[in-house]
Amino acid sequence: MSELLKTALGAPFRFLLNALWEVQSYTFLSARAIANVFTRPVYFREILIQMDRIGVGSLTIILLTGFFTGAVLGIQSESALRRYGAASLTGQLVSLTLVRELGPVLSALMLAGRIGSGIASELGSMVVSEQISAMRALGTDPTRRLVTPRMIATVVMLPLLTILCNAVGMAGGWIIARYKLLISSSQYWSDAVNTLEVSDVFGSLLKPVVFGFIVAMTGCYVGLRTHGGTEGVGRSTTQAVVSSSILIIACDFFLNNLIIYIAPYLNA
Amino acid sequence: MPGRKRRQSLLRPGGACMTTMAQTGPGGPMIEFLNVTKSFDEDVVLREISFRITRGETMIILGASGSGKSTILKLLLGLIRPDAGEILVEGRNIAAMTERELVHVRRAFGMVFQEGALFDSLSVRENVGYRLYEEGMLGEDEIEVIVRRMLGFVGLEDAIDKMPAELSGGMKRRVGIARALVGNPKVILYDEPTAGLDPITKRTIVDLMIKLRDLEGVTSIFVTHDLPAAEMIATEYASAENNGEIRFARAGKEFCLLNVRFILLNEGRIGFEGSYEELNQSGDPYVRAFLARR
Repeated sequence: MSELLKTALGAPFRFLLNALWEVQSYTFLSARAIANVFTRPVYFREILIQMDRIGVGSLTIILLTGFFTGAVLGIQSESALRRYGAASLTGQLVSLTLVRELGPVLSALMLAGRIGSGIASELGSMVVSEQISAMRALGTDPTRRLVTPRMIATVVMLPLLTILCNAVGMAGGWIIARYKLLISSSQYWSDAVNTLEVSDVFGSLLKPVVFGFIVAMTGCYVGLRTHGGTEGVGRSTTQAVVSSSILIIACDFFLNNLIIYIAPYLNA
Repeated sequence: MPGRKRRQSLLRPGGACMTTMAQTGPGGPMIEFLNVTKSFDEDVVLREISFRITRGETMIILGASGSGKSTILKLLLGLIRPDAGEILVEGRNIAAMTERELVHVRRAFGMVFQEGALFDSLSVRENVGYRLYEEGMLGEDEIEVIVRRMLGFVGLEDAIDKMPAELSGGMKRRVGIARALVGNPKVILYDEPTAGLDPITKRTIVDLMIKLRDLEGVTSIFVTHDLPAAEMIATEYASAENNGEIRFARAGKEFCLLNVRFILLNEGRIGFEGSYEELNQSGDPYVRAFLARR
């Protein structure tokens, strides 16, 4: 009976302890990755390779996501706005929704699926094939060589991809507005651009920086603690996508609150 | 290392071979494990093990899978930390060192991993020259010369531009050996380098290890459960002829090897320590059972 009680009480305690340990390890890895930016050596070639892989390599899916999201927003907003006789405001709605929310979040989620999983599986494979141990044995810090370049590349490229996603999304909305809803181009674009405030643009650039950090660090963290051979690599890949997606959505909530709080100062 | 001054194998004329500290390496202890304990979660892998390796000596660590053989190598490189005990490398306790300090200690070691552990995204040239590229002390041309010399030593100079995916299992191990030799390490650690190889490729790898031991005087630790490969290392030696040709011979009635010792791990403890002859003559039931697997 006492064993049963011990097990019953022990399980939640172990879960809590493991969760705290994970948070601590994630924080340490992130702190080391950031500290490496300011000390030598910095692997510039590796950063450029990762920027190409993450930025240029993700261009197609980001553009397609942005375009169709903008177009769908155009269609949906028209049916909602028509009830209030405000269909002409489609440009505003598409623009605000994309720039404030969907552009950054969808770009980050697409990147989590494509890049986060790729990073986790690449680093996970390196762990199970002892390449990480070999790297350390040869005197290289894997955090400096592998994690920091991926973090920098993702943090730099995701805001750029988000800007493109927003722009293409607005173009998608414009096509619907112009050819389906018969709203003039000048009205659509004038509404779309003029409705944006400094806080909207700021938020649209701040979010992808944070989300990019989450995608890269989660992929690296999960990848580096892979165990259990090829099956473990598969597990890590799935875990990286799920964890970073949840973190992105949770962080989006807090970032929105922060941006709403500082918006008056930014727009003043 | 290849190109370095050649040394004679530590051989002794006929009779039973003794492997005391005084007779083995020319210097003092290179590596010392003092009461080292290591556990993973609740599984104790090593229990207060102690041994020492002198310069120029080859230590063959035998044991069943999961007996802690590879853990010893990882501890020695500072890739993992012991729970208790001291690990001395040239008299300095690496168990108490920071990661930054360990980087300097690791320069004294070359490690050959079980599957080669070559970096997939780098060519054979970049893999072998990795340490030199990282240090940034030499120019491209100088690195190229060293890389070609190391690849020549393992007989793979033609593979310099290939990617690891284009190499066979045996070739990967040989490139791994070439990579471990770069930087003139004082000690080479072999983690099951012959596991899963066909007999011919295994022979090639063992010959390379014997050449390094006898012609270059490299201290080495060979972790394996491959008894035939361990026996080859313990009973054969290489010598360079006047014409530069390398001759392999079997130590037997005329000579026996002095600088090879065995450790057999049994449930995290050292079940046996001694020479090849002492291993074969041991009456310990676990040693007999282990040797009976041949």
